[in-house]
Amino acid sequence: MDLLRFSTAGSVDDGKSTLIGRLLYDTKSIFQDTLESIERTSNQRGDDYLDLALVTDGLKAEREQGITIDVAYRYFATPKRKFILADTPGHIQYTRNMVTGASTVNLAIILIDARNGVIEQTRRHTFIANLLQIKHLVVCVNKMDLVNYSEEAYQEVVEQYKAFTSKLQIPDIRYIPISALKGDNVVNKSEHMDWYQGPTLLYNLENVQIADDHNHVDSRFPVQYVIRPQSEEHRDYRGYAGRVAGGVFKPGDEVMVMPSGLTSRIKAIDTFDGPVKEAFSPMSVTILLEDEIDISRGDMIVKESNQGNVGQDIEMMVCWMNDKPLQERGKYKLRHTSRDARCVIKDVEYKVDINTLHRVQDDKKIGLNDIGRIKVRTAVPLIHDSYNRNRNTGSVILIDEFTNETVAAGMIL
Amino acid sequence: MDYRLSHLQQLESEAIYIIRETAAQFERPVLMFSGGKDSITLAWLARKAFSPGKLPFPLLHVDTGHNFDETIVFRDKFIEDIGAKLIVASVQESIDKGRAVEEKGPNPSRNSLQSITLLDAIEEYKFDGALGGARRDEEKARAKERFFSHRDEFGQWEPKNQRPELWDLFNGFKNVGEHFRIFPLSNWTELDIWMYLQQEKVPLPPLYFAHKRKVVNRDGVFLADTPFISLGSNETFEEKMVRFRTIGDATCTGAVLSEANSIPLIIDEIASTRTTERGGRADDKRSDSAMEDRKKQGYF
Repeated sequence: MDLLRFSTAGSVDDGKSTLIGRLLYDTKSIFQDTLESIERTSNQRGDDYLDLALVTDGLKAEREQGITIDVAYRYFATPKRKFILADTPGHIQYTRNMVTGASTVNLAIILIDARNGVIEQTRRHTFIANLLQIKHLVVCVNKMDLVNYSEEAYQEVVEQYKAFTSKLQIPDIRYIPISALKGDNVVNKSEHMDWYQGPTLLYNLENVQIADDHNHVDSRFPVQYVIRPQSEEHRDYRGYAGRVAGGVFKPGDEVMVMPSGLTSRIKAIDTFDGPVKEAFSPMSVTILLEDEIDISRGDMIVKESNQGNVGQDIEMMVCWMNDKPLQERGKYKLRHTSRDARCVIKDVEYKVDINTLHRVQDDKKIGLNDIGRIKVRTAVPLIHDSYNRNRNTGSVILIDEFTNETVAAGMIL
Repeated sequence: MDYRLSHLQQLESEAIYIIRETAAQFERPVLMFSGGKDSITLAWLARKAFSPGKLPFPLLHVDTGHNFDETIVFRDKFIEDIGAKLIVASVQESIDKGRAVEEKGPNPSRNSLQSITLLDAIEEYKFDGALGGARRDEEKARAKERFFSHRDEFGQWEPKNQRPELWDLFNGFKNVGEHFRIFPLSNWTELDIWMYLQQEKVPLPPLYFAHKRKVVNRDGVFLADTPFISLGSNETFEEKMVRFRTIGDATCTGAVLSEANSIPLIIDEIASTRTTERGGRADDKRSDSAMEDRKKQGYF
């Protein structure tokens, strides 16, 4: 059984919570006691139907205000796959939460109200999915029951969306007409839309091919921790523990350690369960080298023929996540793979209006939830790839030097 | 070439990555060990993460004194087997010192008192990163928990002001007096835990398997006959075939009626069960936001 991580973004009005409730309910992932508690709340509020949206209830403030503030993670499984759902809010003031949710997923569901078509929020969610390089989108045209299950209404929305995404580079987009409230095409095939021959949402989630989403080309191994048991039995053991961030490593491979540039050969790749013949992303392993060279946390093991970019001047797209706006010329802590560095903001090139997707050149103030393109200079070199090529070696976070809060997510260009 | 990992391999790799990250980012990490299946899984993964070396941090058991005997016997043997060091922090001692006050009533639970003992232990030993076996699927307040969860100098969790957590980049930077709780099993479900325990052949306390035990049915929860439970006027103990889905304080951890006496049978039972794991936890039934409130005060 494999694992699919996916996200939804939206507000209560789009029927996002109802969709999630429906997905969990129809896959029989809601337990009896949870269901009873939902029934109790529905009755108390005087609802005349079981409000599946209540399944996604979380924090007290969210229950009181009927909104989603933070990313909530939900889990369910079918015989084919295990699913991790990052349920994120859709409102513009929660852009940072959408970015957070989108940073770890394989697939995003874009929810569109069939009555309203593509609106600002749709464009925003799609822009974020594109920015975070989510490779698979499933566009659910929801509330089909409210447009009499009309094929024309559905096609109009699909055409609008296609026109909008033609300029973006999303490799895999699928469209499904659904009604989350009535259950059409979510888990079970609709009886109201003979004109739609495609699969249901769940079928898509179960069958989308994600094996190639990891980079298996550029070998990257950030050293996370050095294991030196210093026991009688393992006197000379020196293992470099970490998680493969890209490519494939095998015993016998000629490797180079960055940034020192020293070379060696892989002696063995260890795990608790014994040595392995090869290691690829996202495996956690321990690499042993033939030669004793000085390696510590923050170094990266690569292949000599493909070393990645090494540099201190980095351009990136950032999503700002803190109330305190970006300080031009300001200094921040930066974390990239297992490496920490200080950095200074050299320049803000532009800000993106995430509703129109236009570049704003005259207002370069980057505040909470803003997205922009910046240049930074780091105190030590980063061994990096572009985010498009490798999420693991192309992503950074910026950290406030005083509060230690994570203030920005960065995607290296 | 087929570069695919099963969902258990992916969860294992993620957990090992986070455990190693904890050892690398904190000066004095500790693993909170209750003797339940989640912390057993966590300790097992920690052992794997640093093999062939030993765990670079101790295990901490916050002992309520309301234990099932089996838990303690198991705990000591398991810890010896994996070659770890154990620290015990006692709730009884917190009560004796006047740091905590015992609840009153027929069903006094020391569950919430654990927070006081835990925070005291964190201060005493200067732990700055405490690994825990909590999972997001357990309870709705936990669904929004981070892998690296920041606690202020009072040990409090502030759900509305959590640090964003992106990709695999974990920010464990903190100011003096603050600490982190780290939850490597966040993405695991109860079923994942059992499938993994089965796959790894991890030893488990006998309480998890069906056995005959004297229990009292209190509001639909079967509580075991222990010295810490006193019966109400209309209550009696009866012998039933039961097992425990969670193991916590003996006063509030309910058993379920079950015939499942092996892991495969438990997996079948969970796959077809219709109530949540914490359905047998009297401590969660106290109110709709019981867990959220306890977590804010420094609970696990």
